[in-house]
Amino acid sequence: MKLLLIGECREGKLLEYSYELFGFASQAGAETAMLIVGGDGSLPGYGGTVYLADAGKYGEYNPDLHKRLVQAVVERERPDYVVFMHTSYGWDLAPRVAALLKVPQVSEVVALAEGGGFERPCLSQKMRQVVKPQGTPVVLTLQGGAFPALVPGGTPQVQPVDASGEGRLEFLGYEAAARKGVDLTKAEVIVSVGRGVGKKENIPVIAELARVLGGEVGASRPVVDSGWMDAGSQVGVTGQTVSPKLYVACGISGAIQHLAGMKKSGFIVAINKDKEAPIAGVADVLVVADVMQFVPALTAKLAK
Amino acid sequence: MKILVCIKQVPDMESRFKPDASGVWYADTDLAFRVNEYDEYAIEQAVLLKEQLGGEPEVTVLSIGPDRVVEAIKKGLSMGGDRGVHVQDAAAHLKDSWQVASIIAAYAAGEGFDLILTGLQSQDRGSAQVGVTVAELLDYACATTVVGFEYADGTVTVKRELEGGVKGTVRLKMPAVVTCQLGLNQPRYPTLPNIMKAKKKEVRVIPVAELLHQDQRVAPVEFRAPAKKGSAVVLEGELADQVDRLIGILKDKTAVLR
Ligand SMILES: Cc1cc2nc3c(=O)[nH]c(=O)nc-3n(C[C@H](O)[C@H](O)[C@H](O)COP(=O)(O)OP(=O)(O)OC[C@H]3O[C@@H](n4cnc5c(N)ncnc54)[C@H](O)[C@@H]3O)c2cc1C
Repeated sequence: MKLLLIGECREGKLLEYSYELFGFASQAGAETAMLIVGGDGSLPGYGGTVYLADAGKYGEYNPDLHKRLVQAVVERERPDYVVFMHTSYGWDLAPRVAALLKVPQVSEVVALAEGGGFERPCLSQKMRQVVKPQGTPVVLTLQGGAFPALVPGGTPQVQPVDASGEGRLEFLGYEAAARKGVDLTKAEVIVSVGRGVGKKENIPVIAELARVLGGEVGASRPVVDSGWMDAGSQVGVTGQTVSPKLYVACGISGAIQHLAGMKKSGFIVAINKDKEAPIAGVADVLVVADVMQFVPALTAKLAK
Repeated sequence: MKILVCIKQVPDMESRFKPDASGVWYADTDLAFRVNEYDEYAIEQAVLLKEQLGGEPEVTVLSIGPDRVVEAIKKGLSMGGDRGVHVQDAAAHLKDSWQVASIIAAYAAGEGFDLILTGLQSQDRGSAQVGVTVAELLDYACATTVVGFEYADGTVTVKRELEGGVKGTVRLKMPAVVTCQLGLNQPRYPTLPNIMKAKKKEVRVIPVAELLHQDQRVAPVEFRAPAKKGSAVVLEGELADQVDRLIGILKDKTAVLR
């Protein structure tokens, strides 16, 4: 069994989560090589072969060209799996590679299953499916956090790689995250508003609980997207990463992208009318109730 | 300009899901269905562009699935789409992402769309493969995870959302495929007059067999609930009792309540 891992660089650095690819490789017990479109400063701490394509020439994001680079290395290495992280880079590039190689792709893998299958979430993380690809190599993307980050150690043997082709996208540059509003990373208590709170007019009720608990108000993404709260209050992969002593999730389903930002909280209380909401997987207490009935009752009792 | 918007009908995510007779996907009896959230942003973006260009582009809304997906197409039409295409397939749920993309590409191949909009992913399968694969099959330029969209003179400039709140700006020439991420715009609610108008718009029905010529590359073999992880204390029952028990636990287990 042989794997080709596709590392991911931004502004000349290998992104930390690329090391989860090695965690997966070690679970699969497979021989590995890695491909990176980067520079000397982006090489991983890994003693095997690293194919290095020059980011100056190919750009950090240029999928039309990057897919050809992957193809060139696949022809040399003949791997069984070509493995990406399920990130903005991975889900953009993996289907292009699968289409080019005319091979199957499985997205957001969380575990290896018996008999060559892969386990993946579906229905917004509420359920799981096991799928079996027909043919090789298989292109995989891995869910962030599903496999442990692993730094194998050593110095890579670097092999340059080149490919030809035309890129139809012009990358114009990065834009840093807009950081305004409260710094949730320092809060000891966060009470977060999810879509289950129902409407913007209900937010003061949640804010009152936060005030009584001496905390700040956070939000899930749809709450921010609908304009109920500022972008600065968003918790999650594309928002802030927080670790308060107490996190109260009000009407939040527990999508992986939200959990990524809050699962390290000291104590997690979820208020949700759906007993099967995935938030139950990280919560210490799950209150099965209508948030707009439960929260005012809780606040009233605490305020006494 | 011709714009194609590909939409999927998905079950309400707050439902309880049980395996169907095949044992590899969910049973759709008793479920409420709606337009995939990501696709609503795609419809809205097409309609915004149509408005920007003085109503000139023609917006086609396509969905693959059993008869009920016509409801989703009608929603797209009542948001401002011009005509619908229903690729009729009672077994759409058993097609893999590759086959779904092949069906769309087979339809689009002869139509000369300048722009194809899809959601980043569907809420039920969540593979994030269909839009990109359609682009590859049609040899269109493609950008994914789009949270900002501008059009001028045959060129599309988009903002892609990356991890940690960082965005990347990318320019692409049409023909192009763009996959839409949450927050790209504010999907509108159809107004009653527009719902009435939508009823009169054409929905062309095409049997899937006319468009599908590809075998499955990924077979579903099992469908189940995730193994229970975590050990949440579940508080059910009377409201007042739930409040008291939660306060008791917070006093016990955290330093937040003194
Ligand atoms: C690339 C990417 C990045 C993302 N980044 C983020 C991010 O940073 N942060 C983030 O939060 N999301 C992010 N998302 C979105 C994420 O996938 C989910 O869509 C989002 O977290 C869902 O928010 P929610 O739980 O508030 O809403 P929903 O998923 O709609 O859940 C609402 C919940 O409220 C419950 N509910 C409904 N009514 C009531 C009631 N009356 N009382 C009690 N409970 C009720 C329901 O049972 C449900 O569980 C991202 C998605 C992608 C694809």
